Amino acid sequence: MEVDEIVEGILSGNKRYLARAITYVENEFPEGKEILKRVYGRTGKAHVVGITGFPGVGKSTIVSKLTQEFRRRGKTVGIVAIDPGSPFTGGALLGDRLRMDGLDTNRDLWIDPGVFFRSMSSRGRAGGLAAKTGDAVRLMDAFGFDVVLVETVGAGQSEVDIIEVADTSIVALMPEMGDDIQINKAGILEIGDIYVVNKADLGGAEKTERWIKAMLMMDEEAVEILTKTTHAQEYEVQSGKIFDKIARSGWKPPVIKTIADKGEGIPELADAIEEHFKYLKESGMLIETRKKRLTREMTEILVNEIKKYLRSNRAVDFDKIVEKVTSNNLDPHTAVEKILKSILK
Amino acid sequence: MEKKIRVLVAKVGLDGHDRGAKVVARFLRDAGFEVIYTGLHRTPQEVAMAAVEEDVDVIGISLHSGAHMTLVPKVLNYIREYGGNPDELVVLVGGIVPEDEFDELKTKGVDGIFIPGTPISEIVDFINQKVKEKRNKA
Repeated sequence: MEVDEIVEGILSGNKRYLARAITYVENEFPEGKEILKRVYGRTGKAHVVGITGFPGVGKSTIVSKLTQEFRRRGKTVGIVAIDPGSPFTGGALLGDRLRMDGLDTNRDLWIDPGVFFRSMSSRGRAGGLAAKTGDAVRLMDAFGFDVVLVETVGAGQSEVDIIEVADTSIVALMPEMGDDIQINKAGILEIGDIYVVNKADLGGAEKTERWIKAMLMMDEEAVEILTKTTHAQEYEVQSGKIFDKIARSGWKPPVIKTIADKGEGIPELADAIEEHFKYLKESGMLIETRKKRLTREMTEILVNEIKKYLRSNRAVDFDKIVEKVTSNNLDPHTAVEKILKSILK
Repeated sequence: MEKKIRVLVAKVGLDGHDRGAKVVARFLRDAGFEVIYTGLHRTPQEVAMAAVEEDVDVIGISLHSGAHMTLVPKVLNYIREYGGNPDELVVLVGGIVPEDEFDELKTKGVDGIFIPGTPISEIVDFINQKVKEKRNKA
């Protein structure tokens, strides 16, 4: 399939071309990059919502019910669902789609023209996402979906990549997944804009809810106390994105109890998601976060391009310079300065 | 970069026998394919749309209901209706299919039929070879 045909297909809302574009991007075909370049001008409108949490807490079911809820509200929904790919064989069993409600509801999401579902393998990558998740989201954004839901791999404790892609991150938990120390550990429990306690009909949901709320209160207090110390500036540097977010955001993450398979708590969750998006827009956080993200992304692209250039360009004999450094005839810093000079001239 | 082979393993219609489909899905995973499983009781429309959205190379339909002559062509027709091209796909049918219906099913667009007792390596080899053929043609 030609790039022109695919771009045109995407812009005219034909799912088949969106599907093929994702394939090209996912497999790093040169056409993929070309398509991304061409549709970029159409991106930036969708609300990207990430859902993460431990395996089995009900992420896929929440995604399915949320999709229904958003459709009821007249919004179109693109979904990227990531499952783990084997680091040994490269294979994957992608089982998120099967949770999507089919015949047992009034609206058949599988064939709904306002819904597009794509399963992705993480292809052995850590972090909870596939390498090309961000680009797949961008294609869906360009296609025109109002909401793009990203479901991560069932996360352990430190898979926090979702915040690099999502405007709104939902952390899903369920009762009896450990005590309050588990809740206060660093990692995915720090990243939620919204927390969900799913399977709330199981015993212990209130306790889990209480623990999360206590954790969130401590976050706020910690920021307040730390910013008052004489070392405030130092803390600000060390604390990085997360503290930054809490300290300046003014958004208090809600904790919502759901029984996803029965649809309970889902409208409340959809409300919270919409409210968060509104807050992001009004506070200017949306633009600010996207700017930061693009800075990181472009830096990454730049570094990769330089690497590629060094490998392919004959004007810089990288191997030879390395040899010089190895034999102590040149130091690494001077060597790099020389290389940069020859690239930049 | 070589494109990964994606396989949709589907159950269509009123047929609750999914042990075979799940076992095949699992072994195809171990053979290095990316396998998407639909779950039970899907309609032909749903399976067809899934094949289009997931942009799979292979679609494997598991049937133990005896409705293969009706349902398989329906799935392929809907794929076409949704903008896909079933001729580019490797179409497999697995489950209970009487041998005297193999030929007729193949004229309806099916590339391979695998009945109970088929060694999994036969399916894996068939997929690898057929995908290569179809990609070369495209």
